[in-house]
Amino acid sequence: MGTGGAFDEIWGHGGPESPRPEFQALSRWVAGTAAEELHRRQQSAEAAFRQLGITFAVYGDNDAAERIIPFDIVPRIFLHHEWSRLCEGLMQRVQAINAFLEDIYGERRILAEGLIPPELIYRNDQFRPEVAGIRPPHGIWAHICGIDLVRTGADEFFVLEDNARTPSGVSYMLENREAMLRLCPELFREFRVAPVDSYPDRLLETMRSVAPGNNADPVCVVLTPGHFNSAYYEHSFLADSMGVELVEAADLVVDDDIVWVQTIAGRVRVDVIYRRIDDDYLDPLTFRADSMLGVPGLIAAYRAGNVALINAPGNGIADDKAIYSYMPEIVRFYTGQDAKLPNVETWRCREPQALKYVLDHLPELVVKLVDGSGGYGMLVGPTASRQEIADFRAALIAEPHRYIAQPTLALSTVPTLVEQGLAPRHVDFRPFVLTGSDGVRVVPGGLTRVALREGSLVVNSSQGGGTKDSFVLLEDAPPGQSQSQRQSR
Amino acid sequence: MLSRTAAALYWLGRYVERADFIARLVEATIRLDALSARPAGEAAWQSALAVSYTDDAFAATGRSLTQADVAHFLTLDAANPGSIIRCLERARNNARAVRTALTRDAWTAINRAWLMFQTRANTRSATETLNLVEQVKGETRGFEGSIHRMMRNEATWLIQLGAAVERADNTARLVDVKYHLLLPAGEAVGGVVDRDQWTTILQTVSAVNAYRWLYKEGLQPAKVIDLLISRIELPRSLAACADEAVGILSQLAKRTGLQGEADRMARARLARVQKTRTSDVIVSGLHEHLNAFIRENAMLDAAISRQFRFI
Repeated sequence: MGTGGAFDEIWGHGGPESPRPEFQALSRWVAGTAAEELHRRQQSAEAAFRQLGITFAVYGDNDAAERIIPFDIVPRIFLHHEWSRLCEGLMQRVQAINAFLEDIYGERRILAEGLIPPELIYRNDQFRPEVAGIRPPHGIWAHICGIDLVRTGADEFFVLEDNARTPSGVSYMLENREAMLRLCPELFREFRVAPVDSYPDRLLETMRSVAPGNNADPVCVVLTPGHFNSAYYEHSFLADSMGVELVEAADLVVDDDIVWVQTIAGRVRVDVIYRRIDDDYLDPLTFRADSMLGVPGLIAAYRAGNVALINAPGNGIADDKAIYSYMPEIVRFYTGQDAKLPNVETWRCREPQALKYVLDHLPELVVKLVDGSGGYGMLVGPTASRQEIADFRAALIAEPHRYIAQPTLALSTVPTLVEQGLAPRHVDFRPFVLTGSDGVRVVPGGLTRVALREGSLVVNSSQGGGTKDSFVLLEDAPPGQSQSQRQSR
Repeated sequence: MLSRTAAALYWLGRYVERADFIARLVEATIRLDALSARPAGEAAWQSALAVSYTDDAFAATGRSLTQADVAHFLTLDAANPGSIIRCLERARNNARAVRTALTRDAWTAINRAWLMFQTRANTRSATETLNLVEQVKGETRGFEGSIHRMMRNEATWLIQLGAAVERADNTARLVDVKYHLLLPAGEAVGGVVDRDQWTTILQTVSAVNAYRWLYKEGLQPAKVIDLLISRIELPRSLAACADEAVGILSQLAKRTGLQGEADRMARARLARVQKTRTSDVIVSGLHEHLNAFIRENAMLDAAISRQFRFI
């Protein structure tokens, strides 16, 4: 049974002895593999991650400047029909996000119609007046979205957060699969798992599809802040697997509104930049003047339509936590349909009624800074101390507009290898949605993050979370049927 | 290829080669110190520091010229910019900055070498140091092997060019310093200690057996010098390094179309090295000859930076 009665993705509401029917084979595999053997394989995976340098930097932590994210060997699994349904919801949501961005930086119909309070846009730090009026090449803003989902029951998925800026984690999706293929090949004989290794190809197709003009062979690059950045491994991994250059700002120069990269053979014109630098640091002439990471003149080249930036600057307004609560309305406004993937119920503390409710129910709620990320600046009511609750109450009363609150959901769990053997641990999930001028693509998989501490709901890697491979099954096989039986049909 | 990538690859090649060389130097010096009939002691360690350009830095630490102190300084001392650990760290930083230009194997090789040192405690005894040296040599060999399995493109050639330029400098410096290593008072030229010193040189560049195969006679300083300067069969000789630089530069020219001052300098140097007779050099001044070579090598390095627009 899951912790606190939560739904377990493998064991359902039962327990290891009575798994969901589709996962009897997995349970048999787990039961038939000694815990020491599972630990040994897990350690071998982590040793490989360390050697490959699949690491992230922890800011302000000099002792362990580079850490690996703990890897758990028991996969989380999506049945085929679960995934198909999720995909529809994801594509609809990302389509709405793109339409919203196009509108907000263009006509602003949604404001004219009164669906969102205008000050929520204009007073928002994530709104970038600098890019208003710019139409990105092919009208695409959010080329890569990482949509954070949580599950509370067999058929209950909620969107927790839309990441439309520079979502990371896709390298873990791919590396976790590599590790599983090496360490537990027998699992892939048991389950027909959809491959994820086409992600770099799909990403490159997406990038090429948004190149300005009719360039048949556009030059695409990945722009990194450099190898001290916490996600540097991912930046180099993506560039390498796409076969494009990984550049730093110093490699780029803008001349006459055209972006060039400096090579040993001289300058080469750049068409598409997958930038992993935040808006603030992207171009010191437009955003923060003190940025050493940016490329002077980049936004002017973008405005002139000479380069595509992935994702578009200014996207933060779409994944802002204050805007999040309006996503159901946003989806309906731009797609004409109800959202297929619901939001988590959200109180906007800027609204007096909501604030009152939140203050009255703090010990039950999760309160978040609208501009916080990575598990910082949040209160998890049920596990907070009295002092923490009192501090948050004061902060809320002082600046209510900076906060939203949500109920503490009974996040689903997945069996996870801990010291004593297998135990349920809470997870979330981040699939990656790619949008190009030629369509929307979702590679069947994503990043499953797991809270390794018992009962904890915090899955962020910076807060000690781990990751798991995420299997998406290619077909819904009848319970208990094995691969060999299917093939002999 | 990005200019920054080109520079990082070249320096990756240089730093790995330097780490390997320092490891060999420490190993040879321990042997010289331990195996000779009378320990060569301070002079041996002093010369190891001079060969690795770190004699002033070591003097500034105030520590004594003993095996424990100098070996530690040359291997694990993070405060010494010329130590093995620092060379590997710089190599690794360069590799990390250009991971996309390396294969997984090549990156893993250098990352593993660096990780090995992260967990190293102090190395004080000669045995521990020799174990460590052995590991460094193994790791750098692994890296070189992985380079030879990369695509034959400019990335590979630039790493090898860095290694060739570094190797030329190391060999020239080794011969120069060891040649001027003073014999302890009372020791005769051609005596036991003198002979050990020449053997040490050969051990540093793994050429003891090569010497026997090529010269088929007992150890003679003039022949050791001939081997290290002129014999193209020995990969670390000045002639071999000069030849390699020319070859790699022409491969790079074929791939990139970039040809210029560096190619001309490298070809001119090779022609000169091939014409040089070791006996003439010894008569007219080995030290001057080697110093000229070291200067010329530094000029070639600068020309390479310009030609490939390093930033």
